[in-house]
Amino acid sequence: MAISRRRFLTWIGAAGAGLSTVNTAQASTLTQFKGHPEGLGVLHDTTRCVGCRKCEEACNTVNDLPKPDRAFQDMSVLENKRRTTTKAFTVVNSYPVGSQDQPVFRKIQCNHCLEPACASACFVRAFKKRADGAVVYDPSVCVGCRYCMVACPFEIPTYEYDNPLTPKVLKCTFCAPRIEKGLLPGCVESCPKEALTFGKRNDLITLARKRIARHPDRYIDHIYGETEMGGTSWLGLAGVAFKDLGMREDLGTTPAPALTSGALSVVPMVVGLWPVFLAGMYGMTVRREKIAAEETRSEIAQAVKETQTLADEKMAKALEKAQAEKRTALEKAEKEKEQALKDAMESFKKENEPGEEE
Amino acid sequence: MDIFYTLQDYLLHSESIVYIIMGLSLPGILMFWLFLTGRDNEDLK
Amino acid sequence: MSGEQKAESRTLLTPFNLIAGIILIAGLIVTVIRFTKGLSSVTNLSDYNPWGIWIGFDLMVGVALAAGGYVTSAAVYLFGMKKFHSAVRPAILTGFLGYFFVVVALNYDLGQPWRLPYPFIVGWGTTSLLFEVGLCVALYLTVLFLEFSPAALEWLGYSKTRKLAGRLTIVLTIFGVVLSTLHQSSLGALFLIAPSKLHPLWYSPYLPVYFFVSSIVAGLSMVILEGTLSHKFFHHSMDKTYLGEHDPLTLGFGRAAALVLAGYFTIKMVGLAAGNHWDLLTTPYGLWYLVEVIGFVLIPCLLYTVGVRDRNLTLIRFTSVLAVAGIILNRLNVSVIAFNWHLPFSERYVPSFQEVVITVFMVTLIILSFRFIVTRMPIFHEHPDYKDSH
Ligand code: SF4
Ligand code: SF4
Ligand code: SF4
Repeated sequence: MAISRRRFLTWIGAAGAGLSTVNTAQASTLTQFKGHPEGLGVLHDTTRCVGCRKCEEACNTVNDLPKPDRAFQDMSVLENKRRTTTKAFTVVNSYPVGSQDQPVFRKIQCNHCLEPACASACFVRAFKKRADGAVVYDPSVCVGCRYCMVACPFEIPTYEYDNPLTPKVLKCTFCAPRIEKGLLPGCVESCPKEALTFGKRNDLITLARKRIARHPDRYIDHIYGETEMGGTSWLGLAGVAFKDLGMREDLGTTPAPALTSGALSVVPMVVGLWPVFLAGMYGMTVRREKIAAEETRSEIAQAVKETQTLADEKMAKALEKAQAEKRTALEKAEKEKEQALKDAMESFKKENEPGEEE
Repeated sequence: MDIFYTLQDYLLHSESIVYIIMGLSLPGILMFWLFLTGRDNEDLK
Repeated sequence: MSGEQKAESRTLLTPFNLIAGIILIAGLIVTVIRFTKGLSSVTNLSDYNPWGIWIGFDLMVGVALAAGGYVTSAAVYLFGMKKFHSAVRPAILTGFLGYFFVVVALNYDLGQPWRLPYPFIVGWGTTSLLFEVGLCVALYLTVLFLEFSPAALEWLGYSKTRKLAGRLTIVLTIFGVVLSTLHQSSLGALFLIAPSKLHPLWYSPYLPVYFFVSSIVAGLSMVILEGTLSHKFFHHSMDKTYLGEHDPLTLGFGRAAALVLAGYFTIKMVGLAAGNHWDLLTTPYGLWYLVEVIGFVLIPCLLYTVGVRDRNLTLIRFTSVLAVAGIILNRLNVSVIAFNWHLPFSERYVPSFQEVVITVFMVTLIILSFRFIVTRMPIFHEHPDYKDSH
């Protein structure tokens, strides 16, 4: 029944045809990535949303989530600002807007970015952007670093902090299992006001433009998600400024992977060139040390030589002196010898002289 | 050659190759350094 | 023998050991709760705030302050400051312990820590800077282990293996510097993906450069600081070489830190100008930013400079404390304080008591292991058999 309504733009036929007409030339260095051409999406028209929370209930059912603390019929929860949690992949908040007597309602869920920040951030590739538009998560590889949660600009992923053994990241799956079976996402199917429209993203953009053109007084001239963070598969229309609906208008158009690709590209440069530079530094150090060592060596040699000559001179002098001394000593000794001989002769003569008795 | 529809897929592919090159370069640098300085040891003390 | 034992049991009951013991018991209790009841039982983490002080302090600050290892070994082996040789071993040891306990702390924070090797085994998430950080930290921990191994091998008396390890010194040092450059900067680059969450005064495309340059400041200042502290507590295990080189080292590293801080301050100003955020300086966050950039970057720079000019070692040692505090402040600002600044206070993160317990527990474990090792292995002194082997 739901399939025939307007919330569903024909997509099954197109999905098959699309595959055969993919562009083949992508050799340019200036390639622009435009996303999967047949990617699906959902347009949320906040001017139609009545805040009935039917989508929340459907999401809870199709995803087998635990029973909520307060029943889905309880509209008082709308008064609090809520976010996605491990028990609710989508929530509807109400925003009082000054000029209107009715508050405006907005549904929050994963926007299924065209260039998902969560996928770019995950170091085990647990997130994947599929060709059909869904950003899906594989709990069997997730380490639980929660960098994806840091990265997501829409603050969507949630974590099972209370699970000690197998905590998972949880978020809207775009009802990927249902889409595969040709079913509508739970929330889209249950919306009684056709505030949610499911279809190919490209067609949804055309549809949103048409609505804006037809009712310029009803809509702000901007499709939220057309360019935000490089574009999202889920789109939004509103009659008031998006920031009044808690949607950030300062996200910019740069897709998440482009924010880090610059830093990533420096990594191999460091790996390639840092060793060259450092080895060069080391080489210079070694050389400096070698020169210094050589210098000290030659200095020492010089010093040794100098001391040597000095010592030699001293030695020569000392030798000379010693020889001179020896000579004088010898001469002296000679003289003494002669003197002694003389003395001896004389005393001998005296002894042998007559008149000397005992 | 694959066709990349998203920057993310493209980067995932190209960066993986870059990482492989970097991984090869580590032992590469080591061996290159040893080869380059292989004869130095004789006159380097 | 029995006399010695008595002496030991007497020294075991120091106030330091008493406090350490209490911390260890508290840490073990929180550890058990964390791994049996899940993260929510001990942390204040939430869906808005997936990262708390276990990442902001234990990882971010831990890695930055463990930079002394690569800074010192690069200075001594590559840049030819041979006269500081005796500082290498203590620096490598603190580096190794720092990184080791960073990884230990990370296991507390990860949802499924036993999957830690998954990024390299099952899914190469090469577009993630966290992949880069993980790979580099894993490799660098290995490098640090090898760089540290000569000390352990000397202690164990394996002289042949010791010789082999000695021959690898230069290559290991170069790898260490490359890996450190990469992961120190990548820790900053982690936040590049969240421009909408980090306050513009801290968010900058230069974040990786800031983190790298400030890690050099952290490394230099930590070596000065650790030297001062070790001097006080481990004087008896230091040899003449270490003691003799200590003062010139303080002076030399103080001079280097002054230089690097000057460069760091300049590029901080360049980033401010490039982002054109002058008008934000008068907001409360702006004043906080000025406290960081002037009080903990510019002033340490000037104090180091004065200390070096006047040969005032006391001033240099004091400044090292200030500079280290500045690094801690910066890392916490980027990862916790200025992160999610757009959220109302009720949704902001304030660490829980148990998170603080684990952080203090980690710091205590580092100090205890450091003490265990330096009183046994040849860290502050040379092993008599290996005097000339470097
Ligand atoms: S909204 Fe967040 S969780 Fe969803 S695809 Fe984008 S980045 Fe990922
Ligand atoms: S928490 Fe899991 S999914 Fe998220 S980045 Fe980490 S490993 Fe990937
Ligand atoms: S697409 Fe499915 S999972 Fe996502 S909000 Fe709708 S019902 Fe929930």
